[in-house]
Amino acid sequence: MSRFKKKSGKGSQAISTASLPDIVFMLLFFFMVTTVMREVDLQVKLEQPQAKDIQKLENKSLVSYIYIGEPIKRAKYGTEPRIQLNDDFATVDDIRPFIETFRSGQDEGLHSKLTTSLKVDKEVKMGVITDVKQQLRKSQQLKIMYSTMQKSE
Amino acid sequence: MPKRESPEINAGSMADIAFLLLIFFLVTTTMDSDWGLARLLPPPPEEIEQQEEIKIKERDVFVVLANANNQLLVEGEVLDVSMLKEKAKEFIANKARLETLPQWEDVSVSIAQQKLADAQNEETKKKWTKRLDAAKLLGDYTLTKQVISLQNDRGTSYDLYIQVQDELANAYNELREELAQDRLGVSYYELLEKAKRDDKAKEKLKAIKTVYPQRISEAEPKDAVQ
Repeated sequence: MSRFKKKSGKGSQAISTASLPDIVFMLLFFFMVTTVMREVDLQVKLEQPQAKDIQKLENKSLVSYIYIGEPIKRAKYGTEPRIQLNDDFATVDDIRPFIETFRSGQDEGLHSKLTTSLKVDKEVKMGVITDVKQQLRKSQQLKIMYSTMQKSE
Repeated sequence: MPKRESPEINAGSMADIAFLLLIFFLVTTTMDSDWGLARLLPPPPEEIEQQEEIKIKERDVFVVLANANNQLLVEGEVLDVSMLKEKAKEFIANKARLETLPQWEDVSVSIAQQKLADAQNEETKKKWTKRLDAAKLLGDYTLTKQVISLQNDRGTSYDLYIQVQDELANAYNELREELAQDRLGVSYYELLEKAKRDDKAKEKLKAIKTVYPQRISEAEPKDAVQ
C-alpha cells in the first residue's frame, strides 16, 4: 500500500494536451472519408439477391446507378416498387435523360466503357426491370451489371 | 554562439499518428465494392431488324421460360432452379452427341486450316482464324451450335431471374474449368485473374471461350414500353 502513497505528495500533474490536435485530425479524417463514401441517400428498400459467379465492378467513376425497390417511406409513397435516380424518385421516362446527362459529363473516348449498375431489390417483379432495360437499350447504354451479393455455399 | 542542447522529441503522439493511418486504411478498404453479374444488352430492336435473320434449328436452342408464379419451364418440362445447371451443361457440351441436343462439329488444326483456305468472306475468315488459334493451343475439340434462350414474364421475380442467370453462367464456367484443367492443367478462374496482366493467359482464355462461347439471348419483350 505504501508504494502507491509515495506519489500523492507531489500534487496533481498537468495532463499533456499534445495529442489533442491528433485526435481532432482523426475525427476530421473520419468524417471526411465517411461523407465521401455514400453516393446517394437510399429512398428505396434494397435487399439484393445472391449469386455465385459474380465479378467486381472496376472504375467506379464510369458507373451510373439505378436503384429499384419498394419505397422506405411506405406511408407517403406507397408500396409499389419505384425507380430512384440520384436522390429522387423517377419514372421510366427519366432514364434516357439521366443516362445522357451522365454520358455528357464523361470523356468521349470512354463512352463505350460506361456501365450502368442496376441495384434492385429481390422482391421486385421483372416488368419494371424489363422497361428499364428497354430504355437503356434505346439510349445505347448496353453495358449493364445486375448488382448482387455473394452467395455462400 | 552557445551550444543548444537538443531537446528530446516527444514520441507520445506517435501512437495517434499510427491510429490515424490505421483508421484511414480501414475505412478506405471497406468502401462498399460493387459486385454483380455483368451483362451486355442487345442493341435496340430497330438495328437488329436491319441485320439478316439467322436461321437457327430448334435442337440448337435451349429454351428457359420463367412465369409469374416463379416456375421454370426448361425445354418443355417443369424444372427446379437447382437442376438447371446440370441440364444446361449437358446441352452446351453435348458430350453424348445426341440427335436431340445441338449440332456439333469437330475442330482440329488441319480442319481449321482447310476451312480458312476455303473461306469466302471476311467474317468466315475471322471465325476460323479464331478457331485455328484455339485448336493450336488446346488440341482437337468439339464445337456445338448452342444458344440459350431466356424468356420471362413481367410478373417473374427479380430474385428468380438472377438465379437463372447465375446458374447458366455457372454452367458455362464449369465447362470451361473442366476444359482448362484437362487441356492446359490450369484453373479457368486463375486464368481470368491473370488475363488482366499476362498476355499468354489472355490467349489461353480466348481459346477456352472460343470452345464454349456464352450465348444467352433474351427474348424481345412483347409489351415492354408503350
